[in-house]
Amino acid sequence: MKTFQKGGVHPNDNKLNADAQAQVLNVDGVLCIMVSQHLGAPSVPIVKKGDKVKRGQALTENTAFVGSVVHSPVSGVVQNVADQSDAGNFTQPAIFIQPEGNESEDFISDDPALERDIKLSPQEIIDRIKEMGIVGLGGACFPTHVKLSVPKDCKAEYLLINGVECEPFLTDDYRLMLDKPDEILVGIQILMKALSVNQAIVGIEANKPKAIALLKEKAKAYGGITIEPLKMKYPQGAEKQLIKALTGREVPSGKLPIHAGCVVQNVGTCFAVYEAVQKHKPLMERLVTVTGPMIKEPRNFLVKIGTPISALIEACGGLPESTGKIIAGGPMMGKAISHLNLPVTKGLSALLVLPKEQAHRGEQQNCIRCGKCVEACPMGLEPYLLHASVRNRRWDLCEQHHITDCIECGCCQYTCPSFRPLLDTLRLGKNKVNQIIRNRNTPSK
Amino acid sequence: MQTLLYAVLLLAATGLVAAVVLYFIAMKFKVDEDPRIDLVAEKLPGANCGACGKAGCRDLAKALVEGGNPNLICPVCSNEEWAGVADMLGLHADTCEVRIPVVRCQGGFLYGIHKSTYEGYNSCAYANTLHAGENGCKYGCLGLGDCTRSCPFQCLTMDPVTRLPQVNEAICTSCGTCVKACPRSIIELRYKNAVEGRIYVGCRTQDKGAVAMKHCKSACIGCGKCVKGCPVGAITLENNIAYIDFTKCIHCGACVKACPMHAIVNTHPIDPEAAAIAEAAEAATQTVSATAAASATASAAPTATNAPTAATATNAATPTNSTNAASTQPTH
Repeated sequence: MKTFQKGGVHPNDNKLNADAQAQVLNVDGVLCIMVSQHLGAPSVPIVKKGDKVKRGQALTENTAFVGSVVHSPVSGVVQNVADQSDAGNFTQPAIFIQPEGNESEDFISDDPALERDIKLSPQEIIDRIKEMGIVGLGGACFPTHVKLSVPKDCKAEYLLINGVECEPFLTDDYRLMLDKPDEILVGIQILMKALSVNQAIVGIEANKPKAIALLKEKAKAYGGITIEPLKMKYPQGAEKQLIKALTGREVPSGKLPIHAGCVVQNVGTCFAVYEAVQKHKPLMERLVTVTGPMIKEPRNFLVKIGTPISALIEACGGLPESTGKIIAGGPMMGKAISHLNLPVTKGLSALLVLPKEQAHRGEQQNCIRCGKCVEACPMGLEPYLLHASVRNRRWDLCEQHHITDCIECGCCQYTCPSFRPLLDTLRLGKNKVNQIIRNRNTPSK
Repeated sequence: MQTLLYAVLLLAATGLVAAVVLYFIAMKFKVDEDPRIDLVAEKLPGANCGACGKAGCRDLAKALVEGGNPNLICPVCSNEEWAGVADMLGLHADTCEVRIPVVRCQGGFLYGIHKSTYEGYNSCAYANTLHAGENGCKYGCLGLGDCTRSCPFQCLTMDPVTRLPQVNEAICTSCGTCVKACPRSIIELRYKNAVEGRIYVGCRTQDKGAVAMKHCKSACIGCGKCVKGCPVGAITLENNIAYIDFTKCIHCGACVKACPMHAIVNTHPIDPEAAAIAEAAEAATQTVSATAAASATASAAPTATNAPTAATATNAATPTNSTNAASTQPTH
């Protein structure tokens, strides 16, 4: 079985709710839609207090190329356009909608029948994807239309689909592959048409045999799509690692996957693309895994964007008493949240509730020069060295040792026997060095 | 005997040749450097704090000797030391006001209303990218001590109770390294001797009062009571936050009393002379209102008579104050 060669770790996969069917969770009450739910230029709200909105109506606009918009998941009245605190308690603009009535935009088709014919031209597909607010649902929320707009000097040869889900605990992509295989495959074909490539490879880790078997069976009816089982290893879902695993190619330092002739999309994104192009449905809902060792009933929910996360946890039997930390996302790359008054956003793949005994870091000790972090780093960096350079504020050394290539996967910190905050320092250094490079490249006035 | 002689001669000859070679190499690769650079560098504090804007003390010495930049000043040197450096180079020394950092946040562990716990790399710069703070205030001190670690003179320490940085005024050299280290610009340098002590607003929040109060028990809520209470108009209110202009402040303490949130910090005892001015100003406004409402005259009268007594009470203190002022005068 294929995999990437350099580094990586093997955390226990803990897929507690792999067998839990996706449930639709409808919550009454106000929905809170964050104005900017993507990576790139911030959006601007175009509705105001008191406006009536239909289901599927665009709530924001964004004129930048690297930008995306959000749509109302319900019909209702805009209660307020105000600040909402995010996971780190910083305030961000949000639109609060009180559900009311049952009006949908006319163009949305709610017909559940599979539609295989792709009527739109490649450019129309890309425009539609932008208009419907599709972003990468793997977690980074990078606008999908940007990835599909291939620069003139590059050529896409492969479309790689990420069904790896290498993060422990997460099962939302897995459930989607089991529940909507045909839709995902049509979505892949749409993306292939948009990119005009004739080969697509779906990478799925070996701990999901049902999904591999099902998709292999279904893919026979669709040309150009191959399903590739991959050996379990974290971080296989990272773009550069997936490209290495599936095609053997390496993305040069500081370059994008397209420079290696590849475009990588998540299975969740493929499904959203299918809905947007074939059913003309904006991205208004997503699958969210609610899980944790102490959660009574770990489940997978299909929820509207903007649903409060407290409702999700409530639906799983409430917050256990022993809760020590709640993480938005997986345990390796997710972010601990500081309060429960948060809405579901496009990038929220899971809520992981950890008990106190698992929630905290070990006591930090001295580096024993064992080199485990170097072995684990999938990008071939030397985390111990970069850690020391950042601590001594030697940004020149950081740049020289390619800190900007760090993908922030956390393998170094996971594997460190002295519990040193390697990822923290690397992130800090990466931010700082990127800032220095930006300042250097912008000519001074 | 002969062997010994040969050995000595051979060694002497080798030494001579090596000396000649070394001499010519030294001449060839000689770096001409003004000897005054080393002399000046010796006079400088040697902390390499970078407060002058140069890479370190030797770099400053080099720039001073080379001349051409009249705006160089070392805030760490005392005025006498700096004048000594200037004398050595035949230059005229500008004097520099000694300043002291003030920490404009009182949130910390005592007054901040904690909602979450930060667990991670012990650095404010990093924590600032992750969250707004344990109490949710995105303007407040994160309490992880980037400033204390940055101080080259070890004059900032983290108070274990409040978890806020504390300034040891005796050692501080006003180099400003801590100001640069703070990712939230909480620390500000204030003149040390303009008036005895410093009065400043110990808060940076630009949130509205209702929001700020959810984060901190000692937040500036932008009520404007201090602005009205100030007899010299040194306080301005902008973006929901009061700011005291330390060049105008006379250290009377009226704002400290007026603040309902106890957000204004006073580092030293109030100057009684200034307090008298404030009280007189207050009494004046009260007597004005008293003429309008006759019933209030009785209550206003004692304050009016109090004012002169307070002024006489300050007489004893005045000489020391004026000598203080006199001693600070030359440094201005």
